[in-house]
Amino acid sequence: MEQPVLHVSDLSVGFSVRSHVTDVVHGVSFDLHKGETLCVVGESGSGKSVTARALMRICRPGRITGGQILLNGPEGTVDITALDDNDEAMRAIRGDRIGMVFQEPMSSLSPVHTIGAQITETILLHRNMTDAAARAEAIESLRRVQIPDPETAIDKYSFEFSGGMRQRAMIAMALACQPEILIADEPTTALDVTTQAEILRLLKRLQAELGMAVIFITHDMGVVAEIADRVAVMYHGRLVELGPARQVFHDPQAAYTRHLIGASSRFSIARDHDRGGTLPPAAPKPLLEVRELDLTFRKTTGFIRRRTKEFHALKQVSFTLHEGENLGIVGESGSGKTTLVRALVGLLNADAGSAMYRSKDGRSFDLLEPGALRGAGLNREIRMVFQDPFSSLNPRMTVEQIIAEPLILEGRLPRREIRDKAAYLLNRVGLPQAMLTRYPHAFSGGQRQRISIARSLAVDPRLIIADEATSALDGSIRSQILDLLFDLQTELGLSYIFVGHDLGVVRYFCDRIAVMHKGELVEIDRAARICQQPTRDYTRNLIAAVPGTDPDHRRLIAAE
Amino acid sequence: MSRDQDMTRTDTADFEFAPPAPVAVSGTETQAQLIWRAFRRHKLAMVSLVVLGLLYFVALFAEVLAPNDPHEVNARYTYAPPQEFRLFDRDEDGGWAFRPHVLGYKVEVDQVALRRSFVPDPDKKIYIHLFPRTHETRMWGLFTIDRHLIGVDGRREVLFLMGSDRLGRDLLSRLIYGARITLSIGLAGIVISLLMGVIIGGVSGYYGGLVDNVIQRIIEFIRSIPPIPLWMGFAAALPRDWSALQNYFAITLILSLIGWTELARVVRSRFLSLKSEDYVSAARLDGAGDFRIIWRHMLPAFTSHIIATATLAIPGMILAETALSFLGLGLQSPVISWGVLLQEAQNLRALADAPWLLFPGAFIVVTILAMNFLGDGLRDAADPYGDTQ
Repeated sequence: MEQPVLHVSDLSVGFSVRSHVTDVVHGVSFDLHKGETLCVVGESGSGKSVTARALMRICRPGRITGGQILLNGPEGTVDITALDDNDEAMRAIRGDRIGMVFQEPMSSLSPVHTIGAQITETILLHRNMTDAAARAEAIESLRRVQIPDPETAIDKYSFEFSGGMRQRAMIAMALACQPEILIADEPTTALDVTTQAEILRLLKRLQAELGMAVIFITHDMGVVAEIADRVAVMYHGRLVELGPARQVFHDPQAAYTRHLIGASSRFSIARDHDRGGTLPPAAPKPLLEVRELDLTFRKTTGFIRRRTKEFHALKQVSFTLHEGENLGIVGESGSGKTTLVRALVGLLNADAGSAMYRSKDGRSFDLLEPGALRGAGLNREIRMVFQDPFSSLNPRMTVEQIIAEPLILEGRLPRREIRDKAAYLLNRVGLPQAMLTRYPHAFSGGQRQRISIARSLAVDPRLIIADEATSALDGSIRSQILDLLFDLQTELGLSYIFVGHDLGVVRYFCDRIAVMHKGELVEIDRAARICQQPTRDYTRNLIAAVPGTDPDHRRLIAAE
Repeated sequence: MSRDQDMTRTDTADFEFAPPAPVAVSGTETQAQLIWRAFRRHKLAMVSLVVLGLLYFVALFAEVLAPNDPHEVNARYTYAPPQEFRLFDRDEDGGWAFRPHVLGYKVEVDQVALRRSFVPDPDKKIYIHLFPRTHETRMWGLFTIDRHLIGVDGRREVLFLMGSDRLGRDLLSRLIYGARITLSIGLAGIVISLLMGVIIGGVSGYYGGLVDNVIQRIIEFIRSIPPIPLWMGFAAALPRDWSALQNYFAITLILSLIGWTELARVVRSRFLSLKSEDYVSAARLDGAGDFRIIWRHMLPAFTSHIIATATLAIPGMILAETALSFLGLGLQSPVISWGVLLQEAQNLRALADAPWLLFPGAFIVVTILAMNFLGDGLRDAADPYGDTQ
């Protein structure tokens, strides 16, 4: 067999905490061959990024505490572990023989230099050529990543590009010197599904063209199924499984791998099933009727000559939500999904339209009227769970104070009962009561989202609006949270409006799906129908961009 | 029981891998505890805290600690140099005994320049006692005490550990009394600035829009006025017949009139960034009113920052008071502050003869440095994203 490009054996990486060194990567070994894609998958904190960074010796403040990294090339073998972080030899390898693409293109590109300047810098560092030749090379590399009109684009700044274009530029930069190995650290996580699909196809094509080996880090099993030749599964700093994609998906050895695959296959968009939870009642009664909701953002600039910039964020949005139903709202970022739900709960003021809500006692209220939610006490019936579990809990309050806040404001229960109820709610969402006195910083993302849910349950809600509530979570934790929401629905008779950009998850959780595009609600129908027979091209594109769950049935990348 | 089942549902517990080692932080520590832990690692700030604690302690108990009456004029000893403080004394039988004392003065007259100068007189030992009965003082204006921490016997003996000034007043005692005014004017000024800054900056940041615009322009206007002429204008406008106390409050007010602007800006920017935090939105959806949102949810998020900013602003106040008093526009004798004391050092000839008049300057430098180190330490400790190495 051919010699691997990269040979990693027994690699350990440690961080010093106070006085001692704690290893976060324990004895990881793998080979990487020419032209293959190795996907490293694991939840956040599993050590996958640290491992990748150790390969390039940019894992500071962590340092390699053991093992070997051998880079094989035509000129012989280099032991990367033997080099110093800032060694000349190491710098010669970085960018030239190993390229890297990061997750967030906005922060990995310098906003004060043109794209071209950043690419030519890489080239000039490694190649002995004139400025003009380097510029021509940079234009060539932009052309390679399919950036339109590369001669003009080279003189643009990163903020003039969209997210997908920025990531292309980032890839162009990593590939400027045509490295043998490309390390891509969650390069598509921050992107929309449609853009993700484009970037994945691009990477695959470039790989075939340049014959390079790719290490692709992700937590999304769907992406793994699409592009991986081989898969490495990491869990708590250890490599628990390593093998060809087919074998890992069809015959996983490690329990954790089985768990990951199980969690992701539930969100398969191709599955022909009804939603995962209970069915809605036979004769649905409307709970919320939104009619022609219109919202425009206005920004006034200028002091002497006032100018108003307008952005029409919601255009004539209408839909109905039935009792006990789960309605999903999907769309690309900027399509107005979050604006819509924020307008419904009164965090934003709508310009026109109505949203008639039928309360518990049968009365009707227009949610769009200013102060409607608070005035009629509807803020107890309609609750919201936010996307980011790190910013939605007040870091200065204990879990008990957070959960009890709506109860205290309601002012109906005496202190002691509030305490008991908070304890009960925390148990209900699957966290031990002893955690009541802790502060949010002691919890993981999934646990925080459970606390958020407990807070929303405190005052007996009927409608829960979940704004991308599972988007920030890893796959397996995502399905646990969705299960919790289902359980609560059965028990408390809730209805959900579930905003998401991941069609697979929305498909799994919701009865009906509304598709939003540029502020308009373009399509709304039963979840299965939307996924199988979409009527709009936009919806079709969204669906086509969802990664599959099986390397044998790739949806984005045509099988060779 | 259902709770046990629930336990197994937490994030990673449902497969058979070893969970990660428990984190040392149990998660029940309050913000204050976390900040204190980070602060303790900041050596310079800890030292500063101790220094400032001592200084404020001295200021608080000035009446007890000052050996002499700061206003007592002693015509025989003008510009007397500091006395050397000796702990041990030779006994009659030749051994050493612990008997703290200083040497009395002998006046020598330079025959050429006809200048009087004080030299220590080795034969005149003045013994220092703990809590002797000496002059009477009103403690905190409440009751009279006649014992002080240290003092000497007899009304004819003098104790000038840091020398005396132009009128033969004890510089050490004046420094101690001056600390009270100088250190408290910084605190009082900052309290007023803080109140104005938090309220005005809070309104500006929370409501935004036109209100914000107007307030910000006013702040910019105030900050564009050169401070010293402004203070001078205000100080000149103070009625001459006001009492020392009234003057003191007027000066504090003048200082805070400018001081609040910076705090208001800090508070405003924090409010602006906090307003978009999800937990603030969540509180609003919970039905919390503006007051509760500000008080319970927003203010606690940056009290630590406010404290740090305020600590860093106190030196400015102290320096401003000193500058004003030095120029003769701030506090006036008989009120004693470090700035007033430094006024004495304005005269070059006096300085050449009595360099110890610069002692108040040294105290100001130490205080200001300590305040800055303390503020830095607090700011670093309060910043959760700071370097924790």
